[in-house]
Amino acid sequence: MDSFQKKSLFFFFVQQVGEVGIILGQTFRGIFTRPWEKKNFVHQLEEVGVRSLPVVSLTAAFGGLVFGLQTYIGFHRYIGPGSEAYGGPIISLGLAKELIPILVGLMVSGRVGSSMAAEIGTMRITEQVDALVSLGADPIRYLVVPRALASIVMLPCLTLYGDIIGMFAGYFYNTVLMGVNRYIYIRNTLLYMEFWDVVSGLIKAAVFGAIIAIIGCWQGLKTEAGAAGVGRATTRTVVISSILILIFNFFLSKALPANL
Amino acid sequence: MIQIVDLHKSFGGKKVLQGVNLTINRSETVVIIGQSGSGKSILIKHLIGLIRPDKGQIYVDGEEITCLNEEAFSKVRRKFAMLFQGAALFDSLTVLENVMFGLKKYSDYSSEEIKEKSRQALHRVGLRGIENLMPHELSGGMKKRVGLARAIAYQPEIILYDEPSTGIDPIRADAINDLINQMKKDLEVTSIVITHDIVSTYKVADRIAMLYQGKIIETGTPEEIRDSPNQIVQQFITGAAEGPIENW
Repeated sequence: MDSFQKKSLFFFFVQQVGEVGIILGQTFRGIFTRPWEKKNFVHQLEEVGVRSLPVVSLTAAFGGLVFGLQTYIGFHRYIGPGSEAYGGPIISLGLAKELIPILVGLMVSGRVGSSMAAEIGTMRITEQVDALVSLGADPIRYLVVPRALASIVMLPCLTLYGDIIGMFAGYFYNTVLMGVNRYIYIRNTLLYMEFWDVVSGLIKAAVFGAIIAIIGCWQGLKTEAGAAGVGRATTRTVVISSILILIFNFFLSKALPANL
Repeated sequence: MIQIVDLHKSFGGKKVLQGVNLTINRSETVVIIGQSGSGKSILIKHLIGLIRPDKGQIYVDGEEITCLNEEAFSKVRRKFAMLFQGAALFDSLTVLENVMFGLKKYSDYSSEEIKEKSRQALHRVGLRGIENLMPHELSGGMKKRVGLARAIAYQPEIILYDEPSTGIDPIRADAINDLINQMKKDLEVTSIVITHDIVSTYKVADRIAMLYQGKIIETGTPEEIRDSPNQIVQQFITGAAEGPIENW
């Protein structure tokens, strides 16, 4: 790669970051100023939240089961038989702080982020976005703000729901399938698990919600070149938002204190 | 009155508009003709601020609109309505909700008044009993009519028609032409129609302007255009494959 190509790539990157920054700024300004598109917001709450419940239930249940399985093996192998009941807080903490927020983020990115990009992208190429402007509506307020707000609200709700399912699945694997002592498992979980562990996972989920909505809407609004363009926008949305979720997860894990 | 002065627009180095000059008088219907891809849609999208020019000015009733910011432009936009090529109805809204959209944004009417005025707009374009249908349940011609009802519902002063007869059969296209003439007669609106359909052009135009290679090369009444000595205009209106027009 010669220096000209490097410069072009750098300017392209800066341009993309700038575009996202502008949409992000306009969206947050839209969230805090009237008028709000209440009907669209309620519709998006259903689209992002309620309709994601089946996929989140399955993901969280099997995530909890497999995490419970590996923790059981780990305790059994390295500490010894009988120590498996001490895995309860590790399972719950790992699920609440890391696994469930990431799984929910990635699942919703695939289900909802791609759908946002496809819907807005189709509106873009069929001139519906232009029609919105000509009829006095601001596309950011009308399309982006309700989606972003719904995602920021619903991702923590889905994560909390996933936490409960995942923790129960881990408990089920250890106590029902492997015969670990229920009393010690629950007592240790309640003793070492902190409220902040759950809250920090929910904070991450809210950030992931903003990432999914902003990237989906950004890609939708810049869609060009017909059906192929819509396909590219949906693919890019899933790839970019998934990568950003993983990157932001690391930095949020570093930034958020381990306990309060 | 609308005045377009020396309008230029390029996309990625491709010069689409290269100094367009055109004046449109109040209550007249001007049809802008030209080849596909000649920049007709780009030109009228400048009028409602969907695209901003690289250079040049547009005056609406004496006010220069090209220098306005988005907030100021939204007030000017109230004067305009646009019928998009594919009607651009909102997929997620019913027919009635589509027609109500502009009224909700641009007026202070009560919810019941908005519904009533939207129904009147639908009746005006000859549509009844389809208020609760979704856009995908409509034929191409009906979509155009709903698009027109949505455009006229909030009583704009200027209506922009983007290829109103494209994509529908000749009978429905003629019905749309009748509606354009009827809107002009009933509402006294200024109309700007862009098309490459010569039959429609002669039916609705008070004046015709031809856009070629980014400039308006000829304007005149339908009779003047029909008798134009300009070979490019003659080739276009007669639809001859041989002639001076290149890049088709």
